[in-house]
Amino acid sequence: MKVSITVNGVVYERDVEPRTLLAYFLRDECRLTGTHVGCDTSSCGCCVVVMDGTTAVKACTMFAAQADGHEFLTVEGLAQGGTLHPIQQAFWDQHGLQCGYCTPGMMLTSFVLLKNNPDPSEADIREGLAGNLCRCTGYQNIVKAVHQAAEAMRQPAAAS
Amino acid sequence: MIPAAFEYIRAHSADEALAHLQKHGADARVLAGGQSLVPAMRFRLARPAVLVDINPVRDLDYIKADGALTIGAVARDGAVERAPWIREAKYALLHDVSRVVADPVVRQMATVVGSLCHNDPAGDWTAAAIAARAEVLVRGAAGERAIAIDDFLVDSFTTAVADGELAVAVRFPAPDERTAGAYQKVERKVGDFATAAAAVQVSLGADGSIRQVGIALSAAGPCAVRVAEAETLLTGQKPSADAIRAAADAASRQSEPQADLRGSVEYKKHLAGVLVARGLRQALARLGVQA
Repeated sequence: MKVSITVNGVVYERDVEPRTLLAYFLRDECRLTGTHVGCDTSSCGCCVVVMDGTTAVKACTMFAAQADGHEFLTVEGLAQGGTLHPIQQAFWDQHGLQCGYCTPGMMLTSFVLLKNNPDPSEADIREGLAGNLCRCTGYQNIVKAVHQAAEAMRQPAAAS
Repeated sequence: MIPAAFEYIRAHSADEALAHLQKHGADARVLAGGQSLVPAMRFRLARPAVLVDINPVRDLDYIKADGALTIGAVARDGAVERAPWIREAKYALLHDVSRVVADPVVRQMATVVGSLCHNDPAGDWTAAAIAARAEVLVRGAAGERAIAIDDFLVDSFTTAVADGELAVAVRFPAPDERTAGAYQKVERKVGDFATAAAAVQVSLGADGSIRQVGIALSAAGPCAVRVAEAETLLTGQKPSADAIRAAADAASRQSEPQADLRGSVEYKKHLAGVLVARGLRQALARLGVQA
């Protein structure tokens, strides 16, 4: 079947089997391999992408057919014009990654978390990221990074 | 880990979905949030020949909290979790549940009605729907019917929805101001199925006695189940530690869990009683009653 899926502002029109999962569409058809496949069973959150700017979805648990007509943000779309997104900058500054495999999912889950809750407590962050696993168990710095990102992203609003 | 091939059909209205479901009968499955169905298909535990995707049906993406609470088939768990009214004490049971289903990312796609239709033995919404005496609105060729949740949940992964029918919404009766509930769930980690769980909803009468109570267990048998004996024991009684203990014992006796990685039968039966007691105490505390 034909699908038209917008990823990071680029429209991808492809002919796919209905059983093609979004994670594999992004990796194999769009060649955007920043979306990682970890457990492949909806447990680990490595494959999280943002749908229509508001919803974090596990791309291993959604068919590309369902994604037809929708817009997605993947980790490749976070940085703008060579400048890291505040979430990326915060993960860099706080050393919020060790091996980095879970990082794209962590950042995109955080993206939606901060959209819904711009000033989260530590508990809010830990709860919000509970669907994302870090096998390096580097959670402490991930939580710090999301805190820093939240602060940085509130700045423009405060200044205006 | 790749699902078996299937035909994908996108429905834009409930009527359109129904037409496809009637045409394909037992070969078709409804795709809503897909958070249980897609993994099941990936493990090839489910191999539907046809998937009817109802996500584009805007008419079914609603939550109405006027008197009765009605949740459409495409409304996400996350929408319930973030609804402004959910924090009112009378909706405490649903609020508790909305925060512990699966994990926070899964909840952004998962639907309440889909979870009821999936009827997993360890489901959360199923137990809550029993305790709150919900009914499921099911549409078919002959029109729409409301099915009481106890009749809706038939057996593991089996409901009263017939081939060619579509569950369009779940309706929770309007709780009055003297009603509160609680959901108690023990899970090894976020996102795991419950080791044991108990849903409780209590309504007090003007004299402080228990006017109505709903008690249900999850992960305690083929599917979530009402603990009718405990409800009968409590109804008409003043809340007390003894009454709560008797209700908990009844729940423990009725629980029929399976031993697995999460625990032994003895442990899970014990846990069922403990969680019912905790749920009752928490629900009563939310009504300002210590027992």
